[in-house]
Amino acid sequence: MTLSTVIRGVRPYNEEPVDVVVKGGVIAEVVKAGSGAGRVVDASGLIALPGFVDLHTHLREPGREDAETIETGSQAAALGGFTAVFAMANTSPVADTAGVVEQVWHLGQQTGLVDVFPVGAVTVGLEGAHLAELGAMATSVAQVRMFSDDGKCVHDAAIMRRALEYVKAFDGVIAQHAQEPRLTVDAQMNEGLLSGQLGLAGWPSVAEESIVARDVLLAEHVDSRLHVCHVSTAGSVDIIRWAKSKGIKVTAEVTPHHLLLTEDLVASYDPVYKVNPPLRTGADIAALRAALADGTIDALATDHAPHPHEDKDCEWAAAAFGMLGLQTAFSIAVLTMIESGLLDWRALADRMSVRPARIGHAIGHGQGLVVGAPANICLVDPDAFWVAEPSSFASKSRNSPYAGMTLPGRVVHVYKAGKATVVDGGLAC
Amino acid sequence: MRHLLSAGDLDLDEACLILDTAAQLASVSDRSVKKLPTLRGRTVVNLFFEDSTRTRISFEIAAKRLSADVINFAARGSSVSKGESLKDTALTLEAMGADAVVIRHGSSGAPHRLATAGWIQGSVVNAGDGTHEHPTQALLDAFTLRHHLRDGTGDLAGLQVAIVGDILHSRVARSNVLLLRTLGAEVTVVAPPTLLPFGVADWPCVVSYNLDEVLPNVDAVMMLRVQTERMQAAYFPSENEYSRRYGLDVRRMGLLPPHAIVLHPGPMIRGMEISADVADSPRAVMAEQVANGVSIRMAVLYLLLGGMTDDDRKEL
Repeated sequence: MTLSTVIRGVRPYNEEPVDVVVKGGVIAEVVKAGSGAGRVVDASGLIALPGFVDLHTHLREPGREDAETIETGSQAAALGGFTAVFAMANTSPVADTAGVVEQVWHLGQQTGLVDVFPVGAVTVGLEGAHLAELGAMATSVAQVRMFSDDGKCVHDAAIMRRALEYVKAFDGVIAQHAQEPRLTVDAQMNEGLLSGQLGLAGWPSVAEESIVARDVLLAEHVDSRLHVCHVSTAGSVDIIRWAKSKGIKVTAEVTPHHLLLTEDLVASYDPVYKVNPPLRTGADIAALRAALADGTIDALATDHAPHPHEDKDCEWAAAAFGMLGLQTAFSIAVLTMIESGLLDWRALADRMSVRPARIGHAIGHGQGLVVGAPANICLVDPDAFWVAEPSSFASKSRNSPYAGMTLPGRVVHVYKAGKATVVDGGLAC
Repeated sequence: MRHLLSAGDLDLDEACLILDTAAQLASVSDRSVKKLPTLRGRTVVNLFFEDSTRTRISFEIAAKRLSADVINFAARGSSVSKGESLKDTALTLEAMGADAVVIRHGSSGAPHRLATAGWIQGSVVNAGDGTHEHPTQALLDAFTLRHHLRDGTGDLAGLQVAIVGDILHSRVARSNVLLLRTLGAEVTVVAPPTLLPFGVADWPCVVSYNLDEVLPNVDAVMMLRVQTERMQAAYFPSENEYSRRYGLDVRRMGLLPPHAIVLHPGPMIRGMEISADVADSPRAVMAEQVANGVSIRMAVLYLLLGGMTDDDRKEL
């Protein structure tokens, strides 16, 4: 007989307090506060949300275990309130075969803190030339449904068209890193007045928007599913909004840093602010927040990109692109979307759990806090503040742009399929 | 002033102080014993990640005329090419007790990084970083303009200066626009639209695509080198077309007012942005620019590392 756990007095989506009873890995009952029976976890003052699902992480394993491993990345994810993450394919070797995606899948299961769903590469070696064996990855143990050459753009229109068509056979989705390569040779930061002043080669908005525009039209033409990774410009938002209004099957994500940080930070030449796509302008941030609020952008996704210290402790041009995101995503969401009143808690859960799970086919996730659903639950303290200290993060890397910042909202307890992964803000085991 | 990273960091008083100090120090170069004892016992490191014999030698002479110990550190390749990292190079120099580091680097912002990352304590002088800035070049250009077109003192209020060429990739242009503006001059940048930075309309200068229209109204024209590899990247169709539209030849020089002078930061490509006849004409002041470069760099090191003592004033 399995014991029940009673999450006592918790407020689902910040609504009326209840007892959530977890049994056998699922939500068995949601009952009046104080009436549930079983081992009690006092959750008064806490908000219950469905476990977060991150469509976009770089766990670096295999190949760059000095930056992150599936184990440390899973720890960071769990501590950030996630119960599932999608691991991008730009590892070494590239996740372009069933063998590699199965390895990633198994390592994720072994660690057991979050479900790690491998993303398969679209093209062999991310080279953009030949389709990888997408079908083999789809039918592997990992059951890959999301494919991406993230880090590189599938820039060849014919390859992109074929990829979109091909994955229809198993309801897959192509997640595009939208970056026109010829417009972004050696690009270092957002192209604008500041890039000209700083003498850093520009990464113009149009390099993203031209690919997004092309891809939504391709998706319409072949009636397939497109997902736009890390949307960073107001222009991309307009295109996606238009495409959705036409019924085109496009979804999109935005990162926490593109909701908060502007290109002005680059004036410090501190490579912790070097990221791809680059930090943009205040006007872009406003458009991205509005789009996440109205659902034009479906999901908040971290683009968690760990890098060893030496790849950031250098001059700008020599530094790697990318920022940590898993352990700060929830707080940045609170800061940018909840405190501003743009999203309520139920809508936040929709953007951080329900929709990303649906887009990526994260089996067992994103079903919400309903009876019968797998007990993937994140309990957060909305009133807590904490100071981001990268050296204390579970990630092997320290490249967080939020170091030293006081952030709102704290992840307190996390359950994955009913099993506690995080207790009192620390790992359960 | 602890570092010199950007011409934009200088206010009018600081800029004039450097120019005035350079004017005083210039007299040292005219003496038989070209040396002041000011920086005796101080160590200046020339840290050059890019080959630039001219700039390196200019800083070296400047430091030596102030009696500093000079170390030339020609770093091979940046960390981009997996050589020793900028940080480790900096830590090495710090351990050796460098009082000032003069850095030339192919990466924009590298001097800024060196000055602010906490790797070294000494002063940092930007001797050219990527496509960002080259502040001592702007200072020596201002010094040259002031000598020819003003009475060698004060600011450059009302002076009209055209900067012509590859503004997009030019650190000289960026520093000059900022410094000339601070000194009160009015700058027009002239280039094909492809060689102007995005957002240049918001720079503190006028933008023109037509050199012939600009020349009659300027007191000085500064020609910038245009590297032929830009042609491969489609910034302009051919060397000939560039030269026809934006090169300074004898006909165009004739459009200038009689008093106007021609500057070039070097190295020149004769026949491309400037014709040989113009380069060799009495209006061209390139040799003076080089000489003034030494005085300006003396002034910068002087002010960063000590400033003027009473003994120095006596000796001058």
